[in-house]
Amino acid sequence: MTQALDEIKIGGLGASRKRVEDNRFIRGNGNYTDDITLPGMLHMEILRSPLAHARIKSIDASKAWEIPGVHLVLTGEMMATRNLAWMPTLSYDTQAVLATDKVRFQGQEVACVIADDPYIAKDACEAIDVDYEPLPVIVNPAQAVAEGAPVIRDDKENQPDNVIYNWEVGDAAGTDRAFEQADVISRLQLHYPRSHPSPIECCGSIADFNRATSKLTVYMTTQAPHIIRAAVALVAELPEHMIRIISPDIGGGFGNKVPVYPGYVCSILASILLERPVKWIEDKTGNLISTGFARDIYLDGEMALRQDGKILGVRMRCDADHGAFFSDAQPSKFKIGLLHSAFAAYDIPAAHLRARGTYSNKAPGGVAYRCSFRVTEAMFFQERMVQAAADDLGMDQAAFRRMNFVRDEDFPHRTPFGFLLDSGQYRKCLDVGLKAVGYEDFRKRQEEARARGRLLGIGISTMTEPLGAGNSREYDILGIKMFDSADLKVHMTGKAIVRTGARGQGQGHETTWAQIVSHELGIPAEDIVVEEGDTDTAPFGMGTYASRSTPVAGAAVAMVARKIRAKARKLAAHLLEVSEEDVEWELGRFYVRSAPDRGVTIQECAMAAYSNMPDGMEPGLENTAYYDPPNLTWPFACYIVTVEVDPATGVWDVLTTVAVDDCGVRINPMIVEGQIMGGLAEAYAMANMQFITFDAEGNCVGSNYMDYLLPTAWETPGFELHSEVVTPCPHHPIGAKGIGECAAVGGPAAFVNAVMDALSGTGVRNIDMPLLPDRVWEAITYHRDISGAPPVRTDD
Amino acid sequence: MTALYADLGDEAANGTGEVPVRRIRFTVNGERKAAEVEPRLLLSHLIRHGLGLTGTHMGCDTTNCGACTVLVDGRPVKSCTMLAVQVDGREVSTVEGLAMRGASEGGTARGVGGGGLHPLQEGFKEEHGLQCGFCTPGMMMAAKALLDENPDPTEEDVRWALSGNLCRCTGYQNIVKSVLWAAAKLRSQAAG
Repeated sequence: MTQALDEIKIGGLGASRKRVEDNRFIRGNGNYTDDITLPGMLHMEILRSPLAHARIKSIDASKAWEIPGVHLVLTGEMMATRNLAWMPTLSYDTQAVLATDKVRFQGQEVACVIADDPYIAKDACEAIDVDYEPLPVIVNPAQAVAEGAPVIRDDKENQPDNVIYNWEVGDAAGTDRAFEQADVISRLQLHYPRSHPSPIECCGSIADFNRATSKLTVYMTTQAPHIIRAAVALVAELPEHMIRIISPDIGGGFGNKVPVYPGYVCSILASILLERPVKWIEDKTGNLISTGFARDIYLDGEMALRQDGKILGVRMRCDADHGAFFSDAQPSKFKIGLLHSAFAAYDIPAAHLRARGTYSNKAPGGVAYRCSFRVTEAMFFQERMVQAAADDLGMDQAAFRRMNFVRDEDFPHRTPFGFLLDSGQYRKCLDVGLKAVGYEDFRKRQEEARARGRLLGIGISTMTEPLGAGNSREYDILGIKMFDSADLKVHMTGKAIVRTGARGQGQGHETTWAQIVSHELGIPAEDIVVEEGDTDTAPFGMGTYASRSTPVAGAAVAMVARKIRAKARKLAAHLLEVSEEDVEWELGRFYVRSAPDRGVTIQECAMAAYSNMPDGMEPGLENTAYYDPPNLTWPFACYIVTVEVDPATGVWDVLTTVAVDDCGVRINPMIVEGQIMGGLAEAYAMANMQFITFDAEGNCVGSNYMDYLLPTAWETPGFELHSEVVTPCPHHPIGAKGIGECAAVGGPAAFVNAVMDALSGTGVRNIDMPLLPDRVWEAITYHRDISGAPPVRTDD
Repeated sequence: MTALYADLGDEAANGTGEVPVRRIRFTVNGERKAAEVEPRLLLSHLIRHGLGLTGTHMGCDTTNCGACTVLVDGRPVKSCTMLAVQVDGREVSTVEGLAMRGASEGGTARGVGGGGLHPLQEGFKEEHGLQCGFCTPGMMMAAKALLDENPDPTEEDVRWALSGNLCRCTGYQNIVKSVLWAAAKLRSQAAG
């Protein structure tokens, strides 16, 4: 008779275990970067450029130096003497740490003051006199490539213009042939406006150079501490083993805390020069105007269609505005991230994508904001195109999708852009969503409402996205392969500690990694502590972003636990005095196959590893696993939104939001649902209000939370989640897939499609995000499309 | 009486005589305090760095995000937009005081491993009302002010009461459920 433990009871796979990390957060005992105070610590503030493009004629910091309590004023000139005025980016470009020659965007770092307290440092920043000579400003790709445009990156050799890259993928000739055979060609031009991940906690660091040991410790808001350690070693030319990066609790990341920012570098240099700890905590405006923005991409798509609804081919062109420096982390082989994952869920014979990246006088970025390297843009583009194509054909939205989906029996499926899909149940997900929302019934109500002058709409977004980079053959950042790792130590009493190279920022790793170990070893989750974020103790990993933690680091946790189990089996055979082949495993216990009552628990094996190991066996029960995934994971999602649009005001209200997510095996269903709801709220935000734009002079509009609108509990709609479709990932050790960003990726199109569906028949084909009431009202009233970012209205 | 705040600099003794310093007396989480502060010092900085109560977070410095919400004389206040000198003679409550008050409001006795939590703290954990945890203290303090006034709020009441507090992780749905969970528990304690 089995004596296996009840997995849910011990907090294993599938348990909605309450979060371990909550115990400190609900008491106000979190330990975020700004909560850390070190003895003798000084404070750094940054002086930023008020202009978007200007030559620096002079910087006079003499008054700042005179202010009592000021210890150091750093300028670009001083950085240059140490070869630190510029730093390499994660995409083979360079970025100014402190400006020397020119400022290239509003908010660029010009000088730093280190003082006794942040108030004095801010006072001193204001005392620095910078003489600027304004230059012509470029704020979009069209201006960047215009005849006679000023060259923003005149610091670079071999950079005669503002083009960063031209990149293409797919089969151009085959796609041309598909278009020749088309009955109907559907075309749509879209703009995905610039946005900002905007975690509530801004960026910051405390650099602590210890002169006695020459060791540098940096506490900082980073999603990828090991990458930072490598970057600091290369940029500051410090030995890597003398650098310790500690990423304490992080108040949200969403991709914003992946890049290396000048503030980090300056605090490090200041600490080395002053031999004291130096804290830099960015303010919100600094965060919004200078750190990694997202999106800002112009898309032009064409779809070749057969009259019966079959998609024959897709052509995509895109222009990406990267700002003044190409500084976002992208896999090195893919210049515009995984934009070519667009249309993966649909069986399309031919496709071609051409992308161009350009510089502008805007903050650098293009980061993966809750997104696996540009997949958000890809899926928005895809699902808006799909809706437009179905409308052009006069086909039902759901039927058009169902007809073109990759079918369950067609896996594995190679997309025309080269991705390999391994599994999915796309039609089932769609059906669950349609049933949940009452699709047929809603269409009837929509028609009745329309007769009475009311505008109801329903929007569908169905997509699969590639999450969990690597594999290492195709995915690397600056040549560093995208694998991940886990380290597991089982103590003699059967308690354990697991460490990974990932770094959570709210995803609940401290809870879920323990659940994976619990699933593999039967050690109760409460007996397992999880630690991340300290490069001196955690194994090397690429960090947490792009929904890669569960697919890669989570897989490493399962694999290291299996290594431990393999050793424990040998210990069990020794304790049971049978050969290893006669030992069977059930959750938490090894037993003799022929005598199941004779067994030893995993805890007894752990004790034996330190007290009673067989002759010749290495003592201890510890191991490390590095995991290089064979493929990406491909979660599928169906989001359906219904709205009512008020034609008199352009205001739209969300009636229902239904989410059907197939993310494979759910480690902790409660946490998975939390991730989905968070993503849905961001999707709603993108569609409705959240954008950053610039006026013609390059002034950032959206530099604070009065201008950059984030939805509150009041605006944000309620969500209805469905989890009944589960297609385990065939190559992941526990069948899990990424989920953290799915709803933020697939969701925006559902909201926009719903509003556009409400407007069908009014002659409006597209309104670019954000769907602010005035834009919707203008479209309805004047029967026209609304394109591009909202214009900046000035008083004159 | 001790002058508080270690790392806000040394304005009083910097020898210039230019920075005026004011002495204030106030109560924090039931404990009486006195401090010498620059008139421009923000309340949030006094709480975080002067008092070392780092559970009150600063997100935006501009009264928008609500991460720094505390109660002053029982009313929710964004402490980044109040000067420290303004709490002279007043009572400040922060997230660190929630658990202590849990006992007097019928919470279980304080103890190791979860004892003594305020029902709001329990509710946020039970209903997964937090992810990164950065907005959570402010959310709980704003919710506390709501429940003190309205022990039986509707979902809409909760959403309105929290509309000055931003969260980027949760999508708010579980935050609302957390507050309703706490409200129900507080009501049942009051009844029982």
